[in-house]
Amino acid sequence: MPTSQVVVDEHAHQNPALLHHFVTESQQKNAASLGMWLFLAQEVMFFGGLFCAYLVYRYKYFADFGSASQQLDIRLGAINTVVLICSSLTVVLGVRAAQLGKRMALVFWLVATIFLGLVFLGIKADEYAEKFEKHHVPGAHFNYHELLPGQEKFPEAERQYANPHHAEMYFSLYFAMTGMHALHMIIGVGLFGFLAYMAWRGKYTPEYYTPIENSGLYWHFVDIIWIYLFPLLYLIDRHR
Amino acid sequence: MSDHNSASEHDSEHISPLGSSVAIWLALLLCTGITVGAAFIDLGPFNTIVALTIATIKATLVVLFFMHVKYTHEKLTGLVIVSAGFFLFILLALSMADYTTRLWR
Repeated sequence: MPTSQVVVDEHAHQNPALLHHFVTESQQKNAASLGMWLFLAQEVMFFGGLFCAYLVYRYKYFADFGSASQQLDIRLGAINTVVLICSSLTVVLGVRAAQLGKRMALVFWLVATIFLGLVFLGIKADEYAEKFEKHHVPGAHFNYHELLPGQEKFPEAERQYANPHHAEMYFSLYFAMTGMHALHMIIGVGLFGFLAYMAWRGKYTPEYYTPIENSGLYWHFVDIIWIYLFPLLYLIDRHR
Repeated sequence: MSDHNSASEHDSEHISPLGSSVAIWLALLLCTGITVGAAFIDLGPFNTIVALTIATIKATLVVLFFMHVKYTHEKLTGLVIVSAGFFLFILLALSMADYTTRLWR
C-alpha cells in the first residue's frame, strides 16, 4: 500500500542519527563511507612515502639490510601478525553484531579487539626494549657489529661484516615504519575504547552503526600495513 | 547470497555470513604460515617476489571480504581504492626508475 509506505518513510526521517542535509539514511551512510575511504587513500600515500624510502635504501644497501633484519625476532613478528589477523576477525564479528543489533556481543567483540591491540603493542614494546639493550637504536649510542647474511660458513678471517652506517639506516626505517604503525594502533585502541563505551550505552542500532563500520575500516587498514611490514622488515634474507 | 545483494532498500548493507569470515581468517593465517616458511627456502631473487605476492593476496582478502568491498554497490569506493593503488604505483615505480638507473654512482 503506497500510503503506508509514505508513513514508514516519514518515521525513518525522524531517526535522530539522520542529519538534516541528507535525504535518506543510506545516502548519509554512503557519504560517510566515501569519506572514510578517501581518508584511507590519503593514509596509503602517507605510508607510501615510508615504503618508498625503504625500497630505495634496501636497493642501495642490500646485504646490510639483510644483516640488520636478522637482528629481529621472527617469532615475535609472526605472533604479532597472527594477533593482528585475529583482531581483524573480531572487528568483522563486531560489525556483524552491530548489524544484527546484538548490543552485548558488539561490546564483547570491541573489547576483544582492544585486548588484541594491546597484546600487539606489548610485544612491540618488548621488541623495542631489546633494541635499546643491544644499542640498535639509531643515534649517539648506536653500535653495530654483525656479519653480513651467509658469512658464518666462511673461515673467521674472511668473514665480512655489515657497514654499521647502512645498518643504522635500516633501524631508522624500522623504527619510523613500525613506530608510525604502532601510533596508528594506539589511536585505534583509543577509538575502540570510545566505541565500546558508546555501544554499551546502546548508541548503535542496526539502522545506525556507521562509526563501528568506519572504525573497522581503519583497523583493517592498519592490519594491511602490518601485512606488508612483516615480510619487508622481518623476512628478508632469512634463507642465506 | 545473491538475492540478499539484489536491489533491496538496504543495498549498502551486507551482513557477512559467519562461515565466510572465519574461512577468510583461516586463509590469512595459512598465508602467514606459508610466507614464514618460504622465507627460509632459498629461491634466489624470488624470495622477495613470493613474500610480496603473498602479502598482496592477504591484503586483497582483507579489502574484499573484511572491508566488505566485494559486497558494496558503491562504485566510488572502487574508484578511490584503484586511484590509491595507482598513485602508490607511480610513487614507487618512478622513484625506483630513477634510483636503479643512476649508473654514474
